[in-house]
Amino acid sequence: MKELSLHLLDIAQNCLTAGAKHVEILMRDSVADDLVEIAIKDDGHGMDAELLARVTEPFTTTRTTRKLGMGLPLFQMAAEMTGGELRIESEPGVGTTVRASFVRSHIDTPPLGDMAETIVTLIHGAPDVEFLYRYETDAETVQFDTTEMREILEDVPLDEPDVLAWIRGHLRELMQN
Amino acid sequence: MAKTIEELRAIREKMRGQIDLRQKGEDNLRVVVGMATCGIAAGARPVLHAFTEEVRRRGLNNVTVGQAGCIGLCQFEPIVEVYAPDAEKVTYVNMDAEKAARVVAEHLVNNRVVAEYTVGAVEGLK
Ligand SMILES: Nc1ncnc2c1ncn2[C@@H]1O[C@H](COP(=O)(O)OP(=O)(O)O)[C@@H](O)[C@H]1O
Ligand SMILES: [Mg+2]
Repeated sequence: MKELSLHLLDIAQNCLTAGAKHVEILMRDSVADDLVEIAIKDDGHGMDAELLARVTEPFTTTRTTRKLGMGLPLFQMAAEMTGGELRIESEPGVGTTVRASFVRSHIDTPPLGDMAETIVTLIHGAPDVEFLYRYETDAETVQFDTTEMREILEDVPLDEPDVLAWIRGHLRELMQN
Repeated sequence: MAKTIEELRAIREKMRGQIDLRQKGEDNLRVVVGMATCGIAAGARPVLHAFTEEVRRRGLNNVTVGQAGCIGLCQFEPIVEVYAPDAEKVTYVNMDAEKAARVVAEHLVNNRVVAEYTVGAVEGLK
């Protein structure tokens, strides 16, 4: 994957497949610590210990169309290549947290990329799920929360094209500052 | 921010009228973009964006754009399927944003399948 935001899109899709109603994508991008830390949390159906032990092996998937589950192994490889790591905590019936760290100054650390488009894509695919995105630097924190959008939109769904376009614009503005 | 919240409210009021219209439409077209790992890595996200934006820009209320998991033809990603009433599913392969815009203009608007982008055309080359 050429961007961290593409990994995040792929890893967050797992949360939706697991039936999550709430997904949080938390990033800390610290020059001071030379670290990019990412956590993707969900309240989906989780994984049992046996599956959890196998998911970072590239031949594990519970999908039926194809034998290869590559998302988590790719994310892990990307993190480890930079001197970082990937860890997963999961509890059946409770949820899953995937944590990854990247050494920020390492040449192989992908750029953050288009996070606005990743969030818009997630909302488009699961308009009833609540997404929280937080991006923290040494200087400041920006946050986006679909529950706030929903209060304003009332009964209008988040995946209406004009709404998605508004969210994209709003996120682009947030990310620029 | 206050101004943009106003914009969001305006969208809400506009949408309320249109949703009713769309649900009554019978001739719905459905576009589905494969968004599994292989699709995302191959560039599916900008393809999805191109479809949603073109459809929105042209005001094509009879078209819905959705996402699917792995379609099972990873070497041909990004893959897009178009479902129309009374027609066979059309599978477009090796898509990008420009091709998506052309599929909207020719297939979704004018009902002419862009044959050269279909899986049949690509497999025929082998
Ligand atoms: N957030 C999650 N909640 C529950 N199960 C998960 C989650 N993330 C991954 N899994 C499990 O791990 C498997 C492998 O995930 P991944 O490497 O992304 O490949 P794929 O999604 O293509 O199967 C999934 O099929 C699923 O069974
Ligand atoms: Mg996956």
